[in-house]
Amino acid sequence: MTMSGFSIFDISGRAMSAQLVRLNTTASNLANAGTVAGSETSAFRSMKPVFRTVMDDAGRATVQVDQVATSKMAPTKRYDPNNPLADKDGNVWEAAVDSAAELVEMVETARQYQNNVQVLETAKGLINETLRLGQ
Amino acid sequence: MASEKLFGLHATALQLRSQRMMLIASNIANAATPNYKARDLDFSKALDLAQQQGGSAGQALEGAVAYRVPVQSSLDGNTVEMATEQTAFAENALAYRSSLAFLQGRIGTLTRALKGE
Repeated sequence: MTMSGFSIFDISGRAMSAQLVRLNTTASNLANAGTVAGSETSAFRSMKPVFRTVMDDAGRATVQVDQVATSKMAPTKRYDPNNPLADKDGNVWEAAVDSAAELVEMVETARQYQNNVQVLETAKGLINETLRLGQ
Repeated sequence: MASEKLFGLHATALQLRSQRMMLIASNIANAATPNYKARDLDFSKALDLAQQQGGSAGQALEGAVAYRVPVQSSLDGNTVEMATEQTAFAENALAYRSSLAFLQGRIGTLTRALKGE
């Protein structure tokens, strides 16, 4: 299928693993939504992968996760003196996670993963048909 | 080129279809990458270029790749529109299959001629 650079399996395969990293971070964000901590620094902050294009000489491009960045959103302070984690003023900090945004992210990730699977399936079918050429 | 005489236009067309499939797959792979600019192959232009150069698909590709103009630009600078890419991919896969069918016919004709049936 290819002479140099990425094959179709590289392009879609790497995109799938990047989307899987994105799904994993979303899952960990959602799992930590609603957790509380005794100080602002130790409170959970949501994470988000940063995607970067990787291009070969022939101009074909795939994607890779450049880094997993921590959100700038600040944890919310809540007065809850009965909480065993509360500090001396009776405050706890709730994890900085936007559950609605994370759910949207999850759906979008799943759809884009499916798109890549579809591309791979079609390409595989076409390659198989090409192999059977003349038989 | 020997394959040029045997298969005519269809050999080049098949190569270009395969290259275009890679480009559209790249676009779909980068659907969530900020600032990624979607690209596509102008197929008829590429085919013209390839025929002028005697059937080489490699150079024709460089001359006929262009950036896609988005219908609605997005805030993160990404110009991949899934609906456009999916239709282009489906259309390209179908055209690849047609090229294969043409080649299959040509191979069948040649085989029958060789066997003298």
